[in-house]
Amino acid sequence: MKAYLSVFRMRFIGALQYRAAAFGGIATQLAWGGMEILALAAFYRANPSAFPMEFSHAVSYVWMQQAFLTLFVVWSWEADILSSISEGSIAYDLVRPVDLYGRWLCQIIGSRLAKALLRCSPILIAAFILPEPYGMSLPPGAGTLLLFFLSAFLSLGVVAAFSMLIYISNFYTLSAAGIRLMVASLADFLSGAIVPLPFFPDKIRAAAELLPFASMQNMPLRIYSGNIVGPDIFKGIALQILWLLILFFAGRAAMGRALGKVVVQGG
Amino acid sequence: MRLYLKYFAIHLKSQMQYKVSFFLTALSQFAVSFTAFLGVYFMFARFNAVDGFTYEQTLLCFSTMLMAFSLAEVFARGFDLFPQMLGSGEFDRALVRPRNIIFQVLAAKMDFTRLGRLLQAAAALCYAIPKSGVVWAWDKIFTLCAMVICGSIVFFSLFLIYAALSFFTVEGLEFMNVLTDGGREFGRYPFSIYGENILRFLTFVVPLALFQYYPLLYLLDRMQNKFFMFTPWVSLVLLIPGCAFFRFGLRRYKSTGS
Repeated sequence: MKAYLSVFRMRFIGALQYRAAAFGGIATQLAWGGMEILALAAFYRANPSAFPMEFSHAVSYVWMQQAFLTLFVVWSWEADILSSISEGSIAYDLVRPVDLYGRWLCQIIGSRLAKALLRCSPILIAAFILPEPYGMSLPPGAGTLLLFFLSAFLSLGVVAAFSMLIYISNFYTLSAAGIRLMVASLADFLSGAIVPLPFFPDKIRAAAELLPFASMQNMPLRIYSGNIVGPDIFKGIALQILWLLILFFAGRAAMGRALGKVVVQGG
Repeated sequence: MRLYLKYFAIHLKSQMQYKVSFFLTALSQFAVSFTAFLGVYFMFARFNAVDGFTYEQTLLCFSTMLMAFSLAEVFARGFDLFPQMLGSGEFDRALVRPRNIIFQVLAAKMDFTRLGRLLQAAAALCYAIPKSGVVWAWDKIFTLCAMVICGSIVFFSLFLIYAALSFFTVEGLEFMNVLTDGGREFGRYPFSIYGENILRFLTFVVPLALFQYYPLLYLLDRMQNKFFMFTPWVSLVLLIPGCAFFRFGLRRYKSTGS
């Protein structure tokens, strides 16, 4: 356990070093979120009755999404892990007396958490300051906020466990940039990164809500904004826990098989 | 020009060496923009129109935008990757060669996998052309072509400015992505839906609306004035500050060493 924690801490501190990059990222995400909300507002004006969430909920959804972007998006890859597989430095990792799956998982979670913490506060402050229709509102109650944190944590776990499966697939393909991009864009779409899930056509939405991708950013963002309330919150969180366990054990099993066959080329 | 064609052939050949990898990456580019189209489709399945634009009319606008962007990306990839070129010292080698420097950066990298995106845009355009309700005549076709061509030159100018900025910062500036990637992503809807202030900014500061929104109005006969047919050509003005800024950066360039 101590080893995992120190991997986590190393990653965390490492990611905190890139403050200038974070600054650029913050500006980008503020502009991005603003444009997103303006587009939603135009659709709202076009036909308020067809809008599937309350407008203020949608606004909170977008701002929280931008603030915690690096926590939830599938496409943020760990370059270290990718290169250790393709360049063979994984051989060193295998010699270490720490389970590789756990080590990588901690590494992913640590750097995602650090990047998000660096970026979130200025975005949140700006989003709260903005005037009425475009500013973010607080969640309905303190309980909701706590449930949001729980759900966000689970969602981070689901994203990390899912991306572990993709890293593991790299053992078999070596040149996997294309597949990575494709899977990530599909996963992001189904988790509500481009269009929030409530905007999907009803049948597709019903199916999409059961997939593991709905346990990613979809859940915490909708809990925070007040779009999901009451017992649905607990159902959603239970589903998140279920998917987290499935992905975790599937990942461990796949990793075991991949490592059984791994051939490190050259020395 | 002949030299450029030679570079072109070399890049094409080298990328065709790894065919499976090439097609997979191109396919994934296709898939990435496919989800963007799917998003637009879902939105319009719910709201039939936004700001008076229907789904097919929006597609017309999105596909020309995406086409312009992916063309710029195929050919101007060198400027997109320019910070790496500076960092690795590869740029210093280009400086000693007796050819125009912008030409060399342009020829140094081409990325044909981005054609996947172009293909997606072309498919959407083919769907939108008959269904958008535009009465196609020569002036409309001319306008549509101008939207794509001028659009890709505007994106090229933005890449050029991005590259020029990295003379001062060495690292790339993420903020420029708002204008390039953001332009592509938010250009899926006519720029007027974002409100007057954004439209004004995209007309007079970063002229993305000049090759997207205004000619679209002309295509749809919302504006009869012939001037709107030629707004894409006006947007090419951006090339002047783009080149000037690049030259300015070049004069102050200090090598990073190797």
